[in-house]
Amino acid sequence: MSRFADIYTTLFKISVAIMLQYRAVLVIWLIGLVLQPIIYLVVWLTVAEARGGQVGDFDKAGLAAYYIVLMIVNHATFDWHMYEMGYRVRTGAFSPLLLQPLHPIHRDIIENVAYKFITLSVMLPAILLLTWLFEPSFGAPIWAVAAFVPALLMAFLVRFFVEWSLALSAFWITDTSGLNQMYVIAALFLTGQMAPLSLMPQWVQSVAGVLPFRWMVAFPVELLLGRLSPEQVFDGFLMQALWLGAGLAVLALTWSRAARRYSAVGA
Amino acid sequence: MSDTSAIRLDDLSKTYRVPVREPGLAAALKSIVRRQHREVEAVKQISYEVAAGEIVGFLGPNGAGKTTALKMLSGLLNPTAGEVRVLGHEPFRRDRDFLRQITLVMGNRNQLVWDIPVSDSFERNRAIYRLPQEEFRRTVDGLAELLDLGDLLDKPVRNLSLGERMKCEIAAALLHRPKILFLDEPTIGLDVTMQRRLRRFIKEYNKRYEATVLLTSHYMADVEALCHRVVVIHHGQLLFDGNLSSLVERFSPHKTVALDLEQEGMDLSAYGEVVSTDGSRVTLLVRKEEAARITGQLLADLPVIDLTVEEPSIEEVIEQVFAQEVE
Repeated sequence: MSRFADIYTTLFKISVAIMLQYRAVLVIWLIGLVLQPIIYLVVWLTVAEARGGQVGDFDKAGLAAYYIVLMIVNHATFDWHMYEMGYRVRTGAFSPLLLQPLHPIHRDIIENVAYKFITLSVMLPAILLLTWLFEPSFGAPIWAVAAFVPALLMAFLVRFFVEWSLALSAFWITDTSGLNQMYVIAALFLTGQMAPLSLMPQWVQSVAGVLPFRWMVAFPVELLLGRLSPEQVFDGFLMQALWLGAGLAVLALTWSRAARRYSAVGA
Repeated sequence: MSDTSAIRLDDLSKTYRVPVREPGLAAALKSIVRRQHREVEAVKQISYEVAAGEIVGFLGPNGAGKTTALKMLSGLLNPTAGEVRVLGHEPFRRDRDFLRQITLVMGNRNQLVWDIPVSDSFERNRAIYRLPQEEFRRTVDGLAELLDLGDLLDKPVRNLSLGERMKCEIAAALLHRPKILFLDEPTIGLDVTMQRRLRRFIKEYNKRYEATVLLTSHYMADVEALCHRVVVIHHGQLLFDGNLSSLVERFSPHKTVALDLEQEGMDLSAYGEVVSTDGSRVTLLVRKEEAARITGQLLADLPVIDLTVEEPSIEEVIEQVFAQEVE
């Protein structure tokens, strides 16, 4: 463990130093992450207005709370390395990573955490500003708030490993932009970003629940809003554990095969 | 595997499967339905061994398969057939223990992070290779001295010149004191002084750490300065494995005879192939075994002021080797 402690702290410091060189890019990414939920929130508030202040089981303050928590969870769990994998494979940028005695996934995890660390300084004021603007109502019991922390951590891990494993397809199909686009669209609907899942048709909810999507974002959001019963939370943790296991298993099974394919592409 | 061999290749082969299609839209559409592939044999049944502590030049024209072979040796590529062993490891398994003992330096592959000071990139390698602080400090100091890195370590990489960057790249690649160095064109793009310094450094590193070095280069000066032994491949096949002087023996059956004559415009084609005539100075190519007899004859027959007999330069020989094969 101490082996990883030194690697992680050193790489973390260096990742932070590298990212601070590109402040403009950081801010632009961040604007996207903050803006997207605001747009959906405004759309749904307009719908609620037209329907006498209520959409499904959400009132206006509930919608505001949903999208503010969604923004936090989405920011905490999102990762971009999936979109870089094709480039790495095509151009041979993977080579130096493969020749070092450290699995490349560690670097990606650290980079992700470093990014979250840096952007926290902008995220916190954004949350406060939105809370002041949209007057959300949060009403979660204490146990739900406590359960939110591990649920968020698991959501991050599920999302990271599922996406990283999926991204390994770059070793077979090289240009993954089409696949990525498909994934982004599916995730937009099935993670609860476009609309709370409870507002979606039943079949969409079922699909989201069977696939990993719900467990990557919507589950911790609903948990922190106090919308889940203890049984539902228990099932949620179980599904998260299942999908994390699946992601890790796929990774373990395909990694060496993927690296074997590397020769056929860029190197 | 004999005890002393650090690197061993046994009938090593690599075949790439590459998609082919004709140019044009119709062909593009056709390739969606039926993809055609062509097999390209980049490396064909190469075998050789390199002893621990040896510096071997790995030569061949562009596209000969050198880089493919180096990638198989370092573990980036999986061989199609045959066997490789490096320090007893199968490179493609990329065991941590193996990766800690080798390094691959390629001109276009970066160890260094563009935006941060060189020393930060070094620090990153320290953590990844799990180098003890004390030992790491000593290695950095040693490399800084040997490569004259001076104040470069505190500068961001993007502010370095090509030569400075290359020096730092090489230092970064050697922080973990690898026992095996795969150097692919390490001096490419560097000026003559820097090339010379790098050569001295490679020699010194080899001596100090008893490291094994396999080096490709298009600069024959690199090869002459560093390698007693060369391995030549062409079209993926092994053409020659031996020391430099026997390469010259084997592939250049000629010697060059240069004469300064008292008279201009003499026809010497009866003695050998006239390579050039510049006033009274004539250069001839003669068969090696006849060189002694012909020089004697030239001295006896002609008004010679000066006469020199030379082996062709290694560059000429290599050029000849590659040309022969292409035909």
